[in-house]
Amino acid sequence: MHDFINYLLFGWFPYVALTIMILGSIIRFDKGQYGWRSQSSQFLRRKQMMWGSNLFHLGILVLLFGHFVGLLTPIGVFDALGISHSFKQWMALSVGGIAGILGFIGCTLLLHRRLYYPRIRKSSSKGDILVLVFLWLQLLLGIATIFWTIDHMDGSAMVLFMGWAQGVVTFNPEAANLIIDAHLVYKLHIILGLTLLAITPFTRLVHVFSAPFAYVLRPGYQIVRSRRLARRTNTPPPSSAPTSVASRKS
Amino acid sequence: MKVRAQIGMVLNLDKCIGCHTCSITCKNVWTSREGVEYAWFNNVESKPGIGYPKDWENQERWNGGWIRKKNGKLQPKAGSKWRILANIFANPDLPEIDDFYEPYTFEYEWLQKAPELQAQPSAKPRSMVTGQALTKIEWSGNWEDDLSGEFSKRSVDYNFSGIEKEIYGQFEQTFLMYLPRLCEHCLNPSCVASCPSGAIYKREEDGIVLIDQDKCRGWRMCVSGCPYKKIYYNWSSGKSEKCIFCYPRIEAGMPTVCSETCVGRIRYLGVMLYDADRIEEAAAVENEKDLYEAQRTIFLDPNDPEVRAQARRDEVPEAWLEAAKNSPVYKMAMEWDVAFPLHPEYRTLPMVWYIPPLSPIQSAAEAGKISTNNGMPDVKSLRIPMRYLANMLTAGDEAPIATALERMLAMRAYMRAKSVNGVTDNSIPESVGLDAQTIEEMYRYMALAAYEDRYVIPTNHREKNENTYHLRGNSGFAFTEPHNGRTKNNDIFGGPKKMPRKPFTDSP
Repeated sequence: MHDFINYLLFGWFPYVALTIMILGSIIRFDKGQYGWRSQSSQFLRRKQMMWGSNLFHLGILVLLFGHFVGLLTPIGVFDALGISHSFKQWMALSVGGIAGILGFIGCTLLLHRRLYYPRIRKSSSKGDILVLVFLWLQLLLGIATIFWTIDHMDGSAMVLFMGWAQGVVTFNPEAANLIIDAHLVYKLHIILGLTLLAITPFTRLVHVFSAPFAYVLRPGYQIVRSRRLARRTNTPPPSSAPTSVASRKS
Repeated sequence: MKVRAQIGMVLNLDKCIGCHTCSITCKNVWTSREGVEYAWFNNVESKPGIGYPKDWENQERWNGGWIRKKNGKLQPKAGSKWRILANIFANPDLPEIDDFYEPYTFEYEWLQKAPELQAQPSAKPRSMVTGQALTKIEWSGNWEDDLSGEFSKRSVDYNFSGIEKEIYGQFEQTFLMYLPRLCEHCLNPSCVASCPSGAIYKREEDGIVLIDQDKCRGWRMCVSGCPYKKIYYNWSSGKSEKCIFCYPRIEAGMPTVCSETCVGRIRYLGVMLYDADRIEEAAAVENEKDLYEAQRTIFLDPNDPEVRAQARRDEVPEAWLEAAKNSPVYKMAMEWDVAFPLHPEYRTLPMVWYIPPLSPIQSAAEAGKISTNNGMPDVKSLRIPMRYLANMLTAGDEAPIATALERMLAMRAYMRAKSVNGVTDNSIPESVGLDAQTIEEMYRYMALAAYEDRYVIPTNHREKNENTYHLRGNSGFAFTEPHNGRTKNNDIFGGPKKMPRKPFTDSP
């Protein structure tokens, strides 16, 4: 039974979560982008936002990047570069630990203002609160893993997790077995992380996909839209032609 | 030279009575929705006052508009593109809802449903954000109406810079003017420049600045980037909204709602032709006081055959060129020199211009001592300080304001002599550099202000701007209707089977 649940959660659930995230986000974007936004609450309350949001985003971006590179880079690459497993473990622990604590402080500030300040609480959807609670718990679990990780600084457990993550993305059905003996806190961290991926298309988290890096590539500053350009081509203009604000439902 | 056309607006502050009809009609049409209860695409401020949102004119605080860098290039005052992106998680320049006001309503129902009570039932205010009862309403969209509140608070007004303002707090010295405000639909908009998503754009055909509600991601940089604070964050939808210059009406040749309903007939709408190649040059002149003149140099004379020829090459419709000849905005801004841009020092090249108000002479008791010129009072003795108007309309340059006020006084003196005394005194127009015919035309436009003189709006020639072939079969009234006679083909679920197009049905 233990084997089966392990296989369900770490063999199958990753694919369910990733499929929901990717397909769901594409469908939502395709169906209409009026609801596609960051839904910032800074306008309703500035306090706790400057520290909270900056710390949270900084921490979470470092963590996302760290997890992505740390888990998905084949272990052979590190070996070839002469980076020892224990050194990588030590780096992951220190950088991740610092980013995690910063992000956790930020997330706590954000969660506090969202729950206890009426203007934000009343204008929050259930999804807004759920996402923040999940992220707060996820950061807490992530920080908690430090306690168990310091027992095996040789990186042995880390290598297993790398094997699992790489097994998942390379469709290796044995991947789940690698981490069957991992401590519960790691497992909870993974399950909650996958759940966060799965709920992404249904929440404000989709704004992650719209990080506006194209802004720095924009030639100059101004944008002028012309209808004449559409006239000269045989392709129909995009259906997302400018529409009035009043004719939209929020 | 690249000729583009824009519908510009002039507001004659000399005739504004501060009735707020423009604000109310605009509100009822565009912003009576959740999330923008606090937003007024058009509002009327009593000046002197700190305005709406509080202290909006102070760009040291809000970092809106542009700055000219040492190398002569323009950059949003909030910083470079990287700086703006770095502020995306928490925008340090963003106003809070309290800088506008917390929208509220009253418990009117309680007045009808209250049981028998010892005291009269009262309608308590309730927040329209939280729904909770408010103990006290502290501020609102027009809290300073008609100079309400203490002078010490109102006098924080940015336009008092360089003025010994204390004396204007005295009852005998006080002055009042109204300033109706809407989006300026700038030639060099800093909201467009600061939008990381590229959702804000200026329309080529009529210059209206709009926010694409589908592309906006709610990064809210435009709210702080606009120095006029005329972009509003919809806290419910998470997107920014702004004055759309009633573009569905403008396209059909009708005036905006605020203009149409103005009881004082103070608003004018007309075509302005301008040289799009010289926008950057005009916005980047070194001295702020030169910005008013610099903006005027890029406006093009609609009667100049060369301009008209280039305009045709740039595909400005013929009807627009005709309308430009009769544009009241061009006459006021370029021929009579009586209209001015609001805060040109923000370097956005605004396209909603203002005629400064005349005011009573400073002290009735001293009326006899006031210096007069051809029977007209010296404009320096008017109650509203020239410097105050100059700070608002010409970045502090008093000379153009003085000319405009003198011309308006001359118009009054000339017409008074003509209609009351039956005397045509040509020396009056000459003394202000005009001729009698021009003064009478000014009188026709500014005093009589007939509907067809105020609004010269050509319809939008979409048949020239769009491939009508592509629009056939388009219902035009819904967003999910079949497109091009078939379901749009970018639907992930496929939609109806696509029929292969037969070659002879294709557009040329």
